[in-house]
Amino acid sequence: MRFSWFLFILAGCWCFATTSASAVGEGTAVVCAPTVQDATANINAGDLNMFNPVSVPAYEIRELAWLVFAVSAAIFVVVEGVLIWSIVRFRKRAHETGEPVQVFGSNPVELAWTIIPCIIVFVLGLATLRTIREVQLESPPAGALEVDVIGHQWWWEYRMPGTVADSTLVTANELIVPVGRPVWLNLQSADVIHSWWVPRLAGKTDVIPNHVNHLWFQAETVGTYLGQCAEYCGNQHANMLLRVRVVTTEEFDAWRTAQMQPAVVDESVAEGRACFLQFACMNCHTIDGISSGSFGPNLTHLMSRETIGAGVVPLNPTTLRAWIDDPQNLKVGCNMPSLKLDAAQLDSVVAYLLTLK
Amino acid sequence: MTTAHHHPIVPAEVSQTLGARLHGWAVTVDHKRLGILYVCFGLVFFVIGGIEAAMMRAQLAQAAGKIVDPATFNQLFTMHGTTMVFLVGMPVLLGMANYLIPLMVGARDMAFPRLNAFGLWLFLFGAALLYYSYIGAQGLYGTSAAPDVGWFAYAPLTNKTFSPGNSTDYWILGIMVSGFGSITTAINLLVTILVMRCPGMTLMRLPLMAWMMIVVSVLVIIAIPVLTGAQIMLLLDRSLGMHFFDTQNGGSSVLWQHLFWFFGHPEVYILVLPAFGFFSEIIPVFSRKVIFGYPLMVAATVSIGFISLSVWAHHMFAIGMSPALNSFFAASTLLIAVPTGIKIFNWMGTMVGGRIIFATPMLFATAFLGIFTFGGLTGVMLALVPVTWQLSDSYFVVGHFHYVLFGGTVFGIFSAFFYWFPKATGRMLCERLGTWFFWLLFAGFNLTFFPMHISGILGMPRRIYMYQPDRGLELWNMLSSLGVVLQGVAVALFIWNVIRSLRKGKIAGNDPWDAWTLEWATTSPPPEWNFDQVPTVGSARPLWDIKNPTDPDSNHEGSI
Repeated sequence: MRFSWFLFILAGCWCFATTSASAVGEGTAVVCAPTVQDATANINAGDLNMFNPVSVPAYEIRELAWLVFAVSAAIFVVVEGVLIWSIVRFRKRAHETGEPVQVFGSNPVELAWTIIPCIIVFVLGLATLRTIREVQLESPPAGALEVDVIGHQWWWEYRMPGTVADSTLVTANELIVPVGRPVWLNLQSADVIHSWWVPRLAGKTDVIPNHVNHLWFQAETVGTYLGQCAEYCGNQHANMLLRVRVVTTEEFDAWRTAQMQPAVVDESVAEGRACFLQFACMNCHTIDGISSGSFGPNLTHLMSRETIGAGVVPLNPTTLRAWIDDPQNLKVGCNMPSLKLDAAQLDSVVAYLLTLK
Repeated sequence: MTTAHHHPIVPAEVSQTLGARLHGWAVTVDHKRLGILYVCFGLVFFVIGGIEAAMMRAQLAQAAGKIVDPATFNQLFTMHGTTMVFLVGMPVLLGMANYLIPLMVGARDMAFPRLNAFGLWLFLFGAALLYYSYIGAQGLYGTSAAPDVGWFAYAPLTNKTFSPGNSTDYWILGIMVSGFGSITTAINLLVTILVMRCPGMTLMRLPLMAWMMIVVSVLVIIAIPVLTGAQIMLLLDRSLGMHFFDTQNGGSSVLWQHLFWFFGHPEVYILVLPAFGFFSEIIPVFSRKVIFGYPLMVAATVSIGFISLSVWAHHMFAIGMSPALNSFFAASTLLIAVPTGIKIFNWMGTMVGGRIIFATPMLFATAFLGIFTFGGLTGVMLALVPVTWQLSDSYFVVGHFHYVLFGGTVFGIFSAFFYWFPKATGRMLCERLGTWFFWLLFAGFNLTFFPMHISGILGMPRRIYMYQPDRGLELWNMLSSLGVVLQGVAVALFIWNVIRSLRKGKIAGNDPWDAWTLEWATTSPPPEWNFDQVPTVGSARPLWDIKNPTDPDSNHEGSI
């Protein structure tokens, strides 16, 4: 019996995992569908390591995780050490005959290995209680940006206050928030249970129908942070991706102002707009002033986003055309059907959607 | 104390026709034959569940894998989980207990032999119903046939709206029926242990495995009816338009989670305590020492039973429970680590000072101690609510519970299989093949499940049919998938070993391991009536007393 290799691998993997998370597999552009091969490269390149947080609650969780990992590693080393020692020391030797001394137990020893674990779990319990108190808030922190998050099979809807009183900004799949300001999420579901998990920002909280949950974070570093739905929610659970862009306050204000503008009306793409209205697109998608469907993502400012299909591919004219032609090629089983548009209709709809900046 | 003399291997059978022999197995109420049937069918499902796992690992070996489509993948993980828990773990463990408990307590059979047979056939009927869904059902969006809502079947995904077709109904009915079988077996075991013990066998002289089965039986009787009730509610939702879990009509999806995990967490202990029982028999025999701290082991087992009923919501730390509830379930979950730790230490205390013989059963038992310690410690990590906010529903959890359930339950099953196979068949399994089997399985197991902890920390959620490239997940998933190859080879060696040893294995004799409990006092295999004369015992190790008349255990009773 040799457990030493096991210990060695444990230590090695551990260092590797916590220090070089994103260094592995860089540049392997495996793609979701052959039709848009080039376009899919690297959009999801990202670090989702919980030990590399950029936000207040995620820092707290990392501290607690280090504590329990350290305590566990110490216990592991001691227990496995004793086990290996017993294996080596008390293996039956050829010259040994008869039975060893029968020891029925020892009250002091057994008391010791009852009380010591009690003390350890007591300490861990206290640390846990403290972190729960710090991370799980009952109400939004002062000055928080409140965002309603609505999980749908298999995409995310975000609603936050607009630039003027009582106005609402509606967008999908990509959340843009200002750096350094607390963000308070009201999590709701339109259908089944989902879970909102962007590891570098916060732990996950489930998104449960008929039940509002809350989650908050306060990002300290500008950047794009990825995550994905963490509760099995049906066919395309794997492609219900999360993308949070943390930007400066100025960029956030500019983005929000732009999002509150009405949809661009460009008469050069009137044909595509007519096509959008003529086919079933309008039943599911809202474009402010044009249509008011709510089953699918709001498209008023579609082209301000980086991805389409809840993050399965980057958004550009090629992928947009492929998506509208047949979403099932990019995301098998998603709820958007192929509308069987001919090439001319496809071109006109794509041209129209490309104007929705 | 009298030992039975040699009995030929059921001589009448040799001259019987195949039909008559099969008929004999079909109508049997002998606990030994029923136990063997449980184990055989359980191992068939182990292979099926293993193939399902291998297909998933093939899909996940690379980023954006295209071996199976999402609908198929979702069926695979649903059927893998359901199969391994309900059609492998439960029947094999309860089947082994079925075989062993009457022998261990010196009884001629279980308390209710016909109920016992009924339980077996219920299990098989439930299993058949579940797998018939591959032929007879339609799943989510009509895209699939087998159940695809996960083994936990969270509402409202199981609602007719989101899960049309019949596959979810097959899942409900199959598990419900086999659950009735488990309940009957639990009642049977409990009554057998409590009232059918041979003269002299007080409760504190029970083999520890029997103690563990007392606790397991109680847990089965408490936990399974809760699942059955929840399943009936779900069936009413789906079939009669009721709204228990129908969130679109005011139902509660959280209620399902509470009911499911009130069953689901005791279930974990139902699956692991019998393995603890096997190890409590095997470690002393191969260390040549009496179990260290018998009374504390009993106390730890009973307290695990109690505490396991109050930890269920640690599966639900991410659902937004109040800080008070989160804290309570964190505390109870941390607390259960204490009796579990005591067991590990007592087993190691048994080994210390022994003369350890590393036959295959002991290889598995020793590996179990190392692996289970690791799985237990990751369990402690997951008891810390904020850590679980990050890690729940990630591959870290998948790694954790495979360390516990594979390293505990499956290693326990194989350890027990090698240990008691000679008793059940009269022949030894090949030790050489057994050693190869152990090392391949041990290496494959760690290669598959250790990297999953890393994938989870790197943000990989469970139950995804594909993962994005460039998240640093490729290497870890490839390692996990490669480990499956080793495990597959190991299981093939095991099957070959069984087939070969059944025909050519060394004749075992009554007591090949020089062991101490009553099952080794009768022939291998035992006669239908188990013992020619009901034995009388004076300690927890009756055969030790016979073999060491100058220093019987009864001299030491009450000294601790």
